[in-house]
Amino acid sequence: MKNHLNYRIAKTKVMQWLVYLLAFLTVLPLVFILIYIVKAAIGAINWDFIVNIPKPVGEIGGGIANALLGTIIILFFATIIAVPIGILTGVYLSENKTGKLSYWVGMCVDVLQGIPSIVIGIIAYFWLVRPLGSFSAISGSIALAIMMLPIIIRSTEETLKLLPNSLKEAGYALGMPSHRVILRIIIPCGFSGILSGVMLAVARVAGETAPLLFTAFGNPFIETNLGKPMQTLPLLIFNYATSSYEEWQNLAWGASIVLLAMVLSFNLLTKLITRKWKIQL
Amino acid sequence: MKKRNLQQIAMIALGLLVSISLTSCSQNGNSDSTNQKVKTLIGAGSSFDNPLFSKMFYEYNKNTGLQINYQSVGSGAGISQLTHKTVDFGATDAPMNDAQEKEAKGNVLHIPITAGAVVLSYNLPTVKKTLNMTPEVIAEIFLGKITNWNDAKIEAINPGVNLPNQKIVVVHRSDGSGTTSIFTTYLSKVNAEWRDKVGAGTSVNWPVGLGGKGNEGVAGIEKQTPGAIGYIELAYAIQNNRPYVTVQNKSGNYIKPSIESVTAAANIVIPEDAKISLTDTEAADGYPISSFSWVIIYQEQSYGKNTEAKAKELVTLINWMIHEGQQYSAALDYAPLSEAAVKRAVEILKKATFNGKAIL
Amino acid sequence: MANEQKIGKTLRMIKGERMFKRSIRLSGILMVTLVLGIFITLFWGAFPSIQSLGFDFFKGKTWDPVQNVFGAYPFLVGTLLTSLVALMISIPFSVAIAIFLGEYFPNGWLSNFLRGTIELIAAVPSVIFGFWGFFVLVPIIRTFQVEMGIMPNGVGIFSAALVLAIMIIPYAASLGTSIIKMVPSDLKEGAYALGATRWEVLRNVILPYSKSGLFAGILLSLGRAVGETMAVTMVIGNANLLPESIFSPGNTMASVIANEFTEADHPLYLAALIEMGLFLFLVTFVINFIGKRIIKKTTNH
Repeated sequence: MKNHLNYRIAKTKVMQWLVYLLAFLTVLPLVFILIYIVKAAIGAINWDFIVNIPKPVGEIGGGIANALLGTIIILFFATIIAVPIGILTGVYLSENKTGKLSYWVGMCVDVLQGIPSIVIGIIAYFWLVRPLGSFSAISGSIALAIMMLPIIIRSTEETLKLLPNSLKEAGYALGMPSHRVILRIIIPCGFSGILSGVMLAVARVAGETAPLLFTAFGNPFIETNLGKPMQTLPLLIFNYATSSYEEWQNLAWGASIVLLAMVLSFNLLTKLITRKWKIQL
Repeated sequence: MKKRNLQQIAMIALGLLVSISLTSCSQNGNSDSTNQKVKTLIGAGSSFDNPLFSKMFYEYNKNTGLQINYQSVGSGAGISQLTHKTVDFGATDAPMNDAQEKEAKGNVLHIPITAGAVVLSYNLPTVKKTLNMTPEVIAEIFLGKITNWNDAKIEAINPGVNLPNQKIVVVHRSDGSGTTSIFTTYLSKVNAEWRDKVGAGTSVNWPVGLGGKGNEGVAGIEKQTPGAIGYIELAYAIQNNRPYVTVQNKSGNYIKPSIESVTAAANIVIPEDAKISLTDTEAADGYPISSFSWVIIYQEQSYGKNTEAKAKELVTLINWMIHEGQQYSAALDYAPLSEAAVKRAVEILKKATFNGKAIL
Repeated sequence: MANEQKIGKTLRMIKGERMFKRSIRLSGILMVTLVLGIFITLFWGAFPSIQSLGFDFFKGKTWDPVQNVFGAYPFLVGTLLTSLVALMISIPFSVAIAIFLGEYFPNGWLSNFLRGTIELIAAVPSVIFGFWGFFVLVPIIRTFQVEMGIMPNGVGIFSAALVLAIMIIPYAASLGTSIIKMVPSDLKEGAYALGATRWEVLRNVILPYSKSGLFAGILLSLGRAVGETMAVTMVIGNANLLPESIFSPGNTMASVIANEFTEADHPLYLAALIEMGLFLFLVTFVINFIGKRIIKKTTNH
């Protein structure tokens, strides 16, 4: 009897350490990636790198200014497009928990979330690039906005659902119409949750390449006109990484670290926001 | 009250910002007036030409301020995007075939812009001497029939070279490529089995091998993979310090790819539409896998949102590329156009019209 | 306030309320329109290919755009192989993390650290995974291949599956953690009271209870793997052939679309690529639908 008990205890210990081992191993790739990228990029980053555009093929030097600016511009406009629609839809879903339309809207949001990014690229190509006759940054922004919508909608909905009903009822009791209740009470209270949803969405699409392949197209020069093709950090990394030129590969490593820094800092900011500005109940 | 004012101000500012940006881009798009200065042109296509174009457009931008956004996406994409009119010009090393010309709905001019060599670069760090290859050997490697570097057939034509016992990793293009077209046209001419089994084109059904995107991708994979052999444009091989094969031509001579051997192969009569293949050249000193590369534009430039000013900038650019632009070829190991080729190119360029009126 | 002013104010409030309700409703309808529009665009774009090739599209083994032969079978196999192998590699790790965070260390600095790390993995853009995979993983795999005496491609189905596995761990892991945390304590305490060891409680109480939730997490991981494009296209070798072994180069549907979309020069070519996009849309839709359904059912208990 005792032996069997010891066996069971031993098994528990073994499985426990197996779980620890596997969990630990999972952390390793991320650590490796970060170390490798930092090592590879550390030589490439300097002020020139940030403010210059890439040099012609085979020449030393150059930088990622066009890609950095392009990423910021495209992300900015994607956010402007996605946030209002996303928040409004999130409000709709949290206000209408039952009902046929609400069910279908919820389904469609789930579908949108699962669509592969390359398919979004195809859609944006047909809806914007073909009719307008040219590749453009705005078509890239719209493709990214479509990808941001489900994230913003869901986090808005979840945040608003967490708020107690008493808040709304207090507002109604005071004679406020529902739009005032939502806009003046509910949304400001859930602001941190909504904001973190937006930031998560931005962080998610900042690194997207596939939808931009046939929309923003790329540009070796700095471009601020939304109607023209633009370069972005992920596109630059994709094109230069698989090339054979060492200068271009260095640019790609540097761009990777800049992109990673952007994405990771957005994620960290989101955490800080949710922690500091907990929903005022 | 204060918060409300702030909110309102923020909304108004946002609205202004959005409307300003939207109008600025629609303003540039609706420029029908001829005094709107053209600042950018967009082109796409051949990665074969990319090293040369990259330099040419950089210099042209320094001289004139015109920004040319050229994306090296492969000749296939260049032709396709020109057909869909999403770019102003394309670049291809494979002239458009009949099916593609039909898709294009409008006559497309092929202006020869340079000539280059498709070389076979290989990754064998232990082999110091440059390898020779015959057409038969090359075809059999890419057919997957010769699979090891120390195969008897390779050893026979490389006496004194210590070839390692290493598997050959074939690298080809994953995208639609003029470079592929040049290479497979050559193989179809010199090897009956290749012609029947695989054929020629910008995208073929490769029997073996890995795919890389663009000349850049093929060079990248070849550089990383011991035992690899891939076909790339000469400039890529030289810029990346890759060894490349000396190929036996039709006359039986082993020719090193270079400006001289490409120029020798390009020394032929160019037909009126300039669509001619230089592969398997008759010239005794000619490199057998050489080719012209062309810039393609619509003959009639008044389509879509094109303005006369833009068409003029485009034609001026191409004219510069044929003349002053050629000075940048030699440093990058592209063969400058011969006088006859330049003459033919100008003739073709002169055919470009805007609303029927010649531009040049 | 005078009566007229009061009535005016009330009317404005009512109008405002109606407008607001209408605008959020409109937003919702916009979502539905968007998804319908996506489906219609894909279907209409793929129609020439569906019409002329039918189901043989997925059985054809040759992809030759120049000869107008479009058989997507190699890419179907490539997609399935990479996704399923990625899933197999990632499941032990995802489940381990779910157990670690859900059962062993639900709170504390270690838990926060690990959870943060997993979220960071999910945040890394896929192009960077592909970049790292090409320069770090591929040479390692190539060295193994040389040792094993097979073609030292480095790139291939296995390499793509490995990179994918790392990328999809966070999805199953985070979902699994929440599911395991939701196991009611009285079930666990009942088992402990009967003398079960920790592992036995895990194996016989917690895991069976969270089975469907874990399964949903795995499904969501699969959905992500099927649609992943950039990291895969950088390490899979881009060979439009049926892979002969796990180490052969191959191609997935998403990767082919990314490679060949801009150069599709005739309508049938473009339609064939879009048909693959439509297929990906439908497959991910089904996978995500089933996954979300299961989650809703389990979280409503």
